Amino acid sequence: MIKKYSFFLLLALVQIVVLILRPELGKESLRITWENALDMLSVMPPIFILLGLLDVWVKKETMIKYMGEGSGIIGILLAFFIGSAAAGPLYGAFPVAAVLIKKGSKLSNVFIMLGAWSTTKIPLILFEATSMGFQFTALRFVLNLFGIGIIAYFTEKALSAADKQKIAELAEGRN
Amino acid sequence: MTLILYSVALVALGISFQRSRANTKMALKKAWKSFENILPQILAILLVIGMMLSILTTEQITMLLGGESGWRGVMIASVVGSITLIPGFVAFPLAAALVTAGAGYMQIAAFISTLMMVGVITLPVEIKYFGKKTAILRNGLAFVFSLCVALMMGVIL
Repeated sequence: MIKKYSFFLLLALVQIVVLILRPELGKESLRITWENALDMLSVMPPIFILLGLLDVWVKKETMIKYMGEGSGIIGILLAFFIGSAAAGPLYGAFPVAAVLIKKGSKLSNVFIMLGAWSTTKIPLILFEATSMGFQFTALRFVLNLFGIGIIAYFTEKALSAADKQKIAELAEGRN
Repeated sequence: MTLILYSVALVALGISFQRSRANTKMALKKAWKSFENILPQILAILLVIGMMLSILTTEQITMLLGGESGWRGVMIASVVGSITLIPGFVAFPLAAALVTAGAGYMQIAAFISTLMMVGVITLPVEIKYFGKKTAILRNGLAFVFSLCVALMMGVIL
């Protein structure tokens, strides 16, 4: 338990030292941390609940059929949709990826989900359009569509069978 | 969007509960376990972001990206974007402010793209889920892709 939190505890110690030596800086960083923590905590519960439900109810065969080898365009679209419909930072996508892998999703589809989660999230796109303008957002979106596919394709191609086996084992141990 | 996610999760939970109490309980247990699994890393990341952003002010970021032009600015923007972890709702107004302050679209595209796709701070977490090779490969490809996006957007816009 303590070992798991050792890095966090170390950072907390640094934070306390900063708070003592440079109160202004320490308070400011605590404020930002607190704000981000609230943001994070507000999006995490539904994601993890859906994750738990997915893990319990969706059979491995179903996942393989829709997102596994040979799932084709449906798997790609589904992966893209899951990533884009999500909320929260990219690290929230890692547990989702672990469940998808465990249930037999094709790795390239998992990478598409990660890519979509990182750049084509629907609420963020709306927000980007209001602050950066339609042209900037639309161009970036189109380029990202290609980018997500290219990154997913090449990442999977570069992995050996042993690498994939290791990823499957990591996913198994994570949930 | 968060509201929609909550509604979907609650409805799904309700349906699940009606079908099987035991399964629902198991699902919630698994949900908690997955969350508890990633919690130490999230807490650490939150502290790192807080410290980093308290040191790095908006003015400093503007200075880093705004004054520069060409590839040097793009490289600085990409490195800053890769290392920092700013939530999108802060990043876009910041990016808009940078453009008004005189930064080029190329630099801003590089900043936004790496900010969203490349995560140096979260790399240790990614490695725990995917292994070293995959995590580094994905981030490396995302970095190169971000440079390409920046170049294309700089040319087109």
